[in-house]
Amino acid sequence: DFTKSWIIILQTVTLIPGDGIGPEISTAVMKIFEAAKAPIQWEERNVTAIKGPGGKWMIPTEAKDSMDKSKIGLKGPLKTPIAAGHPSMNLLLRKTFDLYANVRPCVSIEGYKTPYTDVDLVTIRENTEGEYSGIEHVIVDGVVQSIKLITEEASQRIAEYAFEYARNNQRASVTAVHKANIMRMSDGLFLRKCREVAENFKDIKFTEMYLDTVCLNMVQDPTQFDVLVMPNLYGDILSDLCAGLIGGLGVTPSGNIGANGVAIFESVHGTAPDIAGKDLANPTALLLSAVMMLRHMGLHGQAKKIETACFDTIRDKKVLTKDLGGNSKCSEFTGEICRRVQDME
Amino acid sequence: MAASSAALSLPKVFRPVLGLGRSGNPAKVWAAAASCRREKSTFVGRIIPPPAKYGGRHTVTLIPGDGIGPELLNHVRELFRFSCVPVDFEVVNVNSSVATEDDIHNAITAIRRNGVALKGNIETNHNMPPSHKSRNNLLRTSLDLFANMMHCQSLPGVQTRHKNIDIIIIRENTEGEYSSLEHESVSGVVESLKIITRYNSLRIADYAFRLAREKGRRRVTAVHKANIMKLADGLFLQCCKEVASGYPDIQFDSMIVDNTTMQLVSKPHQFDVMVMPNLYGNVVSNVCAGLVGGPGLVPGANYGTNYAVFETATRNTGKSIADKNIANPTAMLLASCLMLDHLRLHDYANMIRGAVLTTMNETRLHTADIGGQGTTSEVVQSVMKNIQSGRCKN
Repeated sequence: DFTKSWIIILQTVTLIPGDGIGPEISTAVMKIFEAAKAPIQWEERNVTAIKGPGGKWMIPTEAKDSMDKSKIGLKGPLKTPIAAGHPSMNLLLRKTFDLYANVRPCVSIEGYKTPYTDVDLVTIRENTEGEYSGIEHVIVDGVVQSIKLITEEASQRIAEYAFEYARNNQRASVTAVHKANIMRMSDGLFLRKCREVAENFKDIKFTEMYLDTVCLNMVQDPTQFDVLVMPNLYGDILSDLCAGLIGGLGVTPSGNIGANGVAIFESVHGTAPDIAGKDLANPTALLLSAVMMLRHMGLHGQAKKIETACFDTIRDKKVLTKDLGGNSKCSEFTGEICRRVQDME
Repeated sequence: MAASSAALSLPKVFRPVLGLGRSGNPAKVWAAAASCRREKSTFVGRIIPPPAKYGGRHTVTLIPGDGIGPELLNHVRELFRFSCVPVDFEVVNVNSSVATEDDIHNAITAIRRNGVALKGNIETNHNMPPSHKSRNNLLRTSLDLFANMMHCQSLPGVQTRHKNIDIIIIRENTEGEYSSLEHESVSGVVESLKIITRYNSLRIADYAFRLAREKGRRRVTAVHKANIMKLADGLFLQCCKEVASGYPDIQFDSMIVDNTTMQLVSKPHQFDVMVMPNLYGNVVSNVCAGLVGGPGLVPGANYGTNYAVFETATRNTGKSIADKNIANPTAMLLASCLMLDHLRLHDYANMIRGAVLTTMNETRLHTADIGGQGTTSEVVQSVMKNIQSGRCKN
């Protein structure tokens, strides 16, 4: 297209490198994006919590302003210091931007062998309420109650997101995962909302399945699942279960969708302080999350190019980081992907 | 039991994990597991007095349930008749579609009378209003069947992605997320209460450690989510640690539930005995059942201080395959063997168990759920034939 070659619109993305191996894998991703000539302008920000005017912990204003303007963020692993007094950074980000949906596409990586092949599913987890509301009380000494909160709005919001995601990504079905036989009112409400939303998306098949049945079938035949939508706790467990199927958190992308169009894509592994700064880290998780980000932004061509380069490198097995079974450095792995991306031009 | 646990007031520092799990020569693992099953005394025999025998025969309550329950339990009865097992079944039907709870209360009374039950899963229609509670849950809580024990073992004849799995899962069966305490405080906002009590957590932890010791297991792993549910799962974890300090011969460690499921699908051999609250138990036991070959292979047992109820581990109704003669009877047959062990009829239990496992080795008899084309009746016939030839050999 003639006009496209003249006008390149650079989109700003807020980059949060994170801690531990965060900075080096962020650098790797930036290098690969540069090699792919992706129209992304990175704005690096730090999100270490500061105490705001009211005494409440919050993220620095520069970071918040940058995110509010760019609407898209890419985040590396953040460490949660134990005695720092402030809540976990991930929780703070979630509350600040109302990140209500956690999306984790799990696709088997050819070349990184696990006992499960042909996995291709997406878990969409409600990320604000449910069992993780943090509302707990000691009723009497020795009796504790923890409250699981399910609201109509949150359930509606997540269900709508799930179906829209399915439609935008050409997925055939959405399955609601629940335990309404036991938690009749709470999961029952969640299920009802999913059913209501399904009425507006007749092009997508909607099914319901009990959590235990999903777990049972997932480890026997994961190919039968497509998009799964569920409340917080089940989502936590199932998304990690699915990550385990494809090879662990080191190769799994993840995205958090918030209200007002904000989306933060992140790698879900830890900060790996033992290998930080030694050029040994594996940038795959952050890279695949960045690819997910490109797709979210509509840049499907670029996304496919980078993803293919990454998968081809892993499949070739010549240049792999230690956790993938090789003994190359992070920079070598990154360089190999850059080379492949450039060859594809 | 409660008194001794109360004496452990200060939780001691538990030993870090040193063991590598039950890896090793697969033949040895299988042999060890096999000998474990044939041991004469089972743990529960000590806290539950054996039920009364009338004329040398035991009476066991039988609840057919829904879906594949009735047909599988008919096969169990047929097999018991064939093998001359001294057990009489008192059948109590529970109609899951009616709103009244009379049926399930009759069943509970029958179990109180007999002390032991074998049941199929009773369907819960989750579209009914909350007043219509899950019948299975009602049964478990009324009889205080606090421990659900599931022994996941890879069967040699069944093809799975992971081989030689041998994990015991102990799940708290009465409280936690299954407390059925829900309310709608404001329209559109529902709260569901998860209750964790010190008494029940200590009880289940004690059960887990005693079982581990009894069966010669080396490690107990507590599965929790105490980083998020600090008070509830925190209490559970603390109780486990307290009990662990009283069993210095057994290693104790803990793992967060999402990491646990991830580890189970990649490296299941690191787990030995696992203890956990109700909901995580549901997830983990279903994952493990899937790992060893599916819901048709694993038996489950629910133990309380006075009663014991046996069923399939994953509690599936199997509505879609009901009455088609394609259900896998292995889980129900092995559950009946667990019941016979509980009744101290070990010879009959071992005879039937051996026959079932020999049948499992024949791939052409495998039912559809494990990749074959056999029918339920073919499997049962083969089991009967194995029992017969086993008898003639003696």
